[in-house]
Amino acid sequence: MRRTARIAALILWITATVATSARAQSLAADLSSHVIGITTGFAGADLVLFGSADRQGDVAVVVRGPPTTIVVRRKTRILGVWLNGRSATFRDAPSFYEAAATKPLTEIATPETLVRYGIGLDNLRFQLTETTDPTEFSPFRAALLRAQERTDLYRPDLARVSFLGEHLFRADIVFPANLPTGDYTVEVVLLSGGQVISAQTTPLIVSRVGFSNGVFAVAHHHSVLYGTGALALAIAAGWAAGAIFRRM
Amino acid sequence: MQIYLPIAEMTVDPLVILAMGGLVGLLSGMLGIGGGFLMTPLLIFVGVPPTVAVATQSNQLVAASVSGVIAHWRRRNVDFKLGSIMLVGGALGSMVGVALFARLKALGQIDLVISLTYVLFLGTVAALMMVDNFRVLVLRRNVKIRRKLHEHGALHRLPLRMRFPRSRLYISAFLPLAIGFVGGLMVALMGIGGGFALVPAMIYILGMPVGLVAGTSLFQIIFTTGITTFLQAVTTHAVDIVLALILIIGGVVGAQIGTRLSHLLHPDYARLMHALVVFVVAVKMAFDLFATPEHLFSVTMPTQ
Repeated sequence: MRRTARIAALILWITATVATSARAQSLAADLSSHVIGITTGFAGADLVLFGSADRQGDVAVVVRGPPTTIVVRRKTRILGVWLNGRSATFRDAPSFYEAAATKPLTEIATPETLVRYGIGLDNLRFQLTETTDPTEFSPFRAALLRAQERTDLYRPDLARVSFLGEHLFRADIVFPANLPTGDYTVEVVLLSGGQVISAQTTPLIVSRVGFSNGVFAVAHHHSVLYGTGALALAIAAGWAAGAIFRRM
Repeated sequence: MQIYLPIAEMTVDPLVILAMGGLVGLLSGMLGIGGGFLMTPLLIFVGVPPTVAVATQSNQLVAASVSGVIAHWRRRNVDFKLGSIMLVGGALGSMVGVALFARLKALGQIDLVISLTYVLFLGTVAALMMVDNFRVLVLRRNVKIRRKLHEHGALHRLPLRMRFPRSRLYISAFLPLAIGFVGGLMVALMGIGGGFALVPAMIYILGMPVGLVAGTSLFQIIFTTGITTFLQAVTTHAVDIVLALILIIGGVVGAQIGTRLSHLLHPDYARLMHALVVFVVAVKMAFDLFATPEHLFSVTMPTQ
């Protein structure tokens, strides 16, 4: 009898596991490209994210640039002159952020869920380094968001994720020309009843390619060579200009 | 058309940069100045980070001063001996300047220092030139009452006196050394050749013949801008070679046209125009220092 009970428990466990993994696979999504190459003519990029959801629900997409340290400085007036005063240093802040969803965020998830998954600019959590005074957090956070929105690095407006039929969905993601390079993540979550029922993360790499990558690499890794080259170029150009225009 | 600048990490319209280079080149050709003091603020205005603007500008100035010196050298208007002494001071100045630049950048006060030095130097030079112009143009005072070739002030009698046959001077070597040092500092901190300040200093402090001043100051500017470009490339990695190339092309074409146009302009009026341009930039910079900024917060994101 005990043996049959054990087998029954095992069968139950297997069924449960299969059911969970099936639920985990209820969401599948991919990008039209996993690499954005910044060439000399780079003027921004458009990617299409497409996917399918087996269950009814809403889809939210969050694109994050590589985490970085951002310093926000406040100008103060000393003797009538404006100069940089207090500052706050944010650790591991996304260098780029964009969110998209099928509906306005408050309609698809509870505030706690939005904060936990960092969906929407208002729900982003930032960490300050130890040296920064925590009482000054909120004005600096607001300033950081404003500044990043101004330079298009944080997108304040929610992009659209649209369902094509019952299961298939797509989102058009626009990347600006001043895109920071590095390893990005594109997180796709399926929500139902205000809760996340499935999530998937897709990597995206943004890197300089070709000529601009070569220039950047030489400037940073062979700076003596780069400096010499820059000088040689300038001297040659000056000399050539003198020679060409003398004959005119 | 858009082009991506690999070091500035931004996209610009190359025609806008070409036009800026051409305009500054045109003015510099007409007025006989480098024009760096106009270019750096313009670059910052179109969104180039100040560090990249200053470092790249020094690279562009190497090209501009090389082509300028070639022209002056053909007319034998370069005092190489005096220029070399200035150059020693200039080399020291640019080294101190680049180190100071890196230190101020870390403190977050580099923008303030760039603006303050601009206001200080441009304001002083503009005021001096305007007074001088006023005397010449409005009062029409006869300035041919010089008894000697030039006045010998107390400064000229400092120790280490040297003869400079080309300029017909017998003065302390400390003077050109000090002027060169200030020039070197300006190249590193402001991204300008400093010709607009060196030229009057060489005329009024050293008492050099006016004809030799432009060529000699350009001769030393080649080296101070060259050393600065190299040091910036090695320490701040902020020299954008693509941006520099576009500026060079616009600048040399503009300068050649400007040089040809300069014959149409009476030297007195050219100097007045020069003074006015310097004055306007100084006033603009001073205004920005005191006016309430549009954005109270600034954000710096280190490039990886």
